[in-house]
Amino acid sequence: MTLSPEEWGIVALSLKVSLVAILAALPIAFALAWVLARRRFPGKILLDALVHLPLVVPPVVTGWLLLIVFGTNGVVGRWLAETLGLTFMFRWTGAALAAAVMALPLMVRAMRLSLEAVDRRLEGAARTLGAGPWRTFATITLPLALPGVLAGMVLGFARSVGEFGATITFVSNIPGETRTLPLAIYSALQMPGAEAEVTRLALISVALSIVALVASEALARRSGYGRMGGQGAHVL
Amino acid sequence: MSFEISVTLPRGAGIRVDFAAPAGLTALFGPSGAGKTSLLDAVAGLLRPREGRIVAGGEVLFDSAAGIDLPPERRACGYVFQDNRLFPHRRVRDNLLYGWRLAPTARRWMTLDEAVAFLGIGHLLGRMPATLSGGGARRGGRAGARLGGRRSWLRAEPLSSLDAPGRGETMAVIGRIRDELRLPILYVSHDRAEVERLAGRIVAMGQERLAP
Repeated sequence: MTLSPEEWGIVALSLKVSLVAILAALPIAFALAWVLARRRFPGKILLDALVHLPLVVPPVVTGWLLLIVFGTNGVVGRWLAETLGLTFMFRWTGAALAAAVMALPLMVRAMRLSLEAVDRRLEGAARTLGAGPWRTFATITLPLALPGVLAGMVLGFARSVGEFGATITFVSNIPGETRTLPLAIYSALQMPGAEAEVTRLALISVALSIVALVASEALARRSGYGRMGGQGAHVL
Repeated sequence: MSFEISVTLPRGAGIRVDFAAPAGLTALFGPSGAGKTSLLDAVAGLLRPREGRIVAGGEVLFDSAAGIDLPPERRACGYVFQDNRLFPHRRVRDNLLYGWRLAPTARRWMTLDEAVAFLGIGHLLGRMPATLSGGGARRGGRAGARLGGRRSWLRAEPLSSLDAPGRGETMAVIGRIRDELRLPILYVSHDRAEVERLAGRIVAMGQERLAP
C-alpha cells in the first residue's frame, strides 16, 4: 500500500492539527480536572455539564457555536485576531480548535479520575514531612496522577484525529488547510472511482486509533503501582 | 509545658479537647471515635479545628483568635500514622529520605543508616512499597517519619498493635526522643497499663460518652 504525496499531506495535516489541539488543550483540561476533582463551589455541576457538552451535543452544533464565538465577528474571535493576530476561519488553526473542544471532555474525564484516585492522606504525610503545597504537588500528586494524564492526552489525540462534524461546520473542507483524514475520506466518497483512496485513508485512521487506544490502556495499567488503586482511567 | 491544647475539633457536633501537658510523653486515652486521631491531625496541621489554640514546645501552631494557622510543613511534627503512608511510586529508600532531605541540616538527628539498622529494614531499601509485607511497610513508615528534623512527635499507631521486637525498638526511640532531644510527644493508646507505665500525663478523651 503506497500513499500519494497528497495523501501523505493529509496524514501530516491530521497529525499536526491533532498534536496542536492536544497540547493547547492540556493545561486547560488539567486545570478543569483539578477544579472538578478537588474543589467544591457553587455551580460545579454546571461547569461539569459544560465541559461534557461537546460529548453529547451534535458536533454540527458545536461547530456552529464555534463559528459564533470564534468566527471573524465572534466576541472571542475578534479579540484574538486584534491582540494576538490569531485567526481561525478556514485555517488549520480552526481545525485544531474544533478538535481541542471535542477532545476536551475525554481529557478532563481521564485526568479527573486519576486525580481523584490519588490518596489525599499521602499528600498530608508529605506536608508533615516538610514539603510545601507546590512540592507536594510536584513530588506526590502529579507523579501518582501522571499515567491518567497521559492516558487522557492519548485518548484526546485519538478523538482529534477522528474529528469531523464540528471541523467541517466551523472551518469547511479546504484541501491542504482543513482537510484532515475524516474530511478527506468524506470527499473521496463523493467522487466516483476513488474507492482505493477511501480504503487507504480509512486503514490509516483505524491504525492510528488502535495505536492510541492500546497506548492509553497500557498507561492506565501502569498507574496501578501494584496494589494501590489506579482504576478509573481504563477505556478498554 | 510541652503541649497546651484547647480546641473544638470539627467532628460531629464538635469534640472539645482542653489540656496542658508537661514535658515528656503525653498519652491520649479513650475509645475509638473519641477524636484521638483527629486531635493528632489538628496538631500536625492536617485538620483545622473549629476554634481554639494549639501550642507545642512553646510555639503557637494554631490560634483562631489571633488568626495563626501554621501550615503542616512549618509545624515540623514527626507524625507516625496509624496506616503506614509510604509513597507508592518511590522505593523504600526514597520514602525514608523524603523528609530527611527537606529538613534543615541542624535538625537532622538520625541518619538513614542509623534508622535502617534500628528497624532492621536494610534488605527492603530497594523495594517498592507495594511489594512489602504489612510489617515491613509499617516499619518503613515509622522510619520515614523519624528521619525528618522534628520539633514535636505525634504517634497514632498504638504500641499495643506492635509485635514484641517492634515494641522494644519503638520504646527505645521514644525514650531517646524524650530524654535526649527533649521533644514533646503525644501518642494514642488503648492500653491502660501501658499508658500508666510510660506517660507523664494522661488525657482521657470521650469519657463523658462512656459515663452513665
